[in-house]
Amino acid sequence: MRIVTLAGISTLLVTSLCFVCAAQNKPEKTGPPSDYSELEKAPAKYRAKANPLAKDNDSIPAGKILFEEHCAECHGENALGTKKAPNLRAKEVQTAPPGTLFWILSNGIVRKGMPVWSKLPEPQRWQLITFVQSLGPLEAAENKTAAKP
Amino acid sequence: MRPARLRHLFKLLLAAFLILGAAHFVRAQENPYIVAYDHNLEEPGSLEIEYFSTFGTQRGGQDFHAFWSEFEYGATAWWTTGLYLSGQTTFGDSTVFTGYRWENRVRPLKNEHWINPVLYVEFEDINGADKILKEVEGHDVESDFLTPNAEARRERNREVELKLILSSNYKGWNFTENTLAVKNLSNEPWEFGYALGASRPLTLKGAAQKCNFCLQHFIAGVEMYGGLGDRYSFGLRNTSHYLAPGLAWNLPSGWTFKIEPSFGLNDNSHQLLLRWGVSYEISGFGQIVSQLFKGKSE
Repeated sequence: MRIVTLAGISTLLVTSLCFVCAAQNKPEKTGPPSDYSELEKAPAKYRAKANPLAKDNDSIPAGKILFEEHCAECHGENALGTKKAPNLRAKEVQTAPPGTLFWILSNGIVRKGMPVWSKLPEPQRWQLITFVQSLGPLEAAENKTAAKP
Repeated sequence: MRPARLRHLFKLLLAAFLILGAAHFVRAQENPYIVAYDHNLEEPGSLEIEYFSTFGTQRGGQDFHAFWSEFEYGATAWWTTGLYLSGQTTFGDSTVFTGYRWENRVRPLKNEHWINPVLYVEFEDINGADKILKEVEGHDVESDFLTPNAEARRERNREVELKLILSSNYKGWNFTENTLAVKNLSNEPWEFGYALGASRPLTLKGAAQKCNFCLQHFIAGVEMYGGLGDRYSFGLRNTSHYLAPGLAWNLPSGWTFKIEPSFGLNDNSHQLLLRWGVSYEISGFGQIVSQLFKGKSE
């Protein structure tokens, strides 16, 4: 009985480790940086939502701090995207209705690796959106070219 | 210690420092719950290292200090897995290691809803001296803890614990309801328990300057937990119940501190369980480990 239990536990542990490794080694499912199709899935109710903190003076500095704390790890310090997550300065994001971005933040894109950020209170999510959309459009490639002497 | 072992230990320490050195530390947003769970999982690739401590009063016996470490990892955005190691000191008796738990939390729905379910499956291999009271189940009562450690640790409990976590976020508040069912793998009946929680940050807006003491970093809450008997005698009687106000402080550097005094609500409960904990979140841990073993980034 003891051997059977130990064998069962070992199998569970090994299977779990395999799943964890597979999840880590899988190519990022966030897809090519130009894939912004999720933005189109936002319901009309959300798309129509206005950003209540768009004109709040503290929103941009507060959003910047929140971005550094929660988003820069995947989207990059300048929001230009990394291998893990897309460029947030792409035209599609910068011109998206704030309500669409709010819907993405609140629901995540769980199956593609983007966590749900509903744990951040709503005002903080709006501050993040205000900051991201204040950055203005810039493609990652453009940024590299600009950086060259 | 032999030189080969020392070299091995040195390599392990070096690897640990490399991982910690290369890791990013991100601010967690932890609720103050210690018993209840909400639907927020670990971010993918993040490792959270936690230490928790419970001081408990014991009528008719010696007070105790139980403690556990937890390593919680975000395997994907919808699956978090964790390992617990626990022990306890009973004053005037001894300190013992009490066993391990392996938990998994899975979020079955991809979008945020009014109520968000999370499925929880845990396997635990603990001995009878375990006193961390991570949950109350069945007919758990204070007098169960009167057995001396030397005798209690001889009892072996291999259990599977299932939880249904239903949690909602509304206007900055989090409300969570957990129901649990536990089956000892020896021939014992299913036992049940519950945990309820509500919490809210002290302010909802983010501050315009970096600060450790801004109100947004503090989350206050309360949880209530207890047993629900077993399949033969289901209900709130002949078991223990607790009410626990708590506070979490989430620092921007990745540290979180929690404190939560639990007060027993009936004669079957410990009068006081004073719990506190500290945790540290390492973002991108999975990627760093993956790169270490591959020798280069993808």
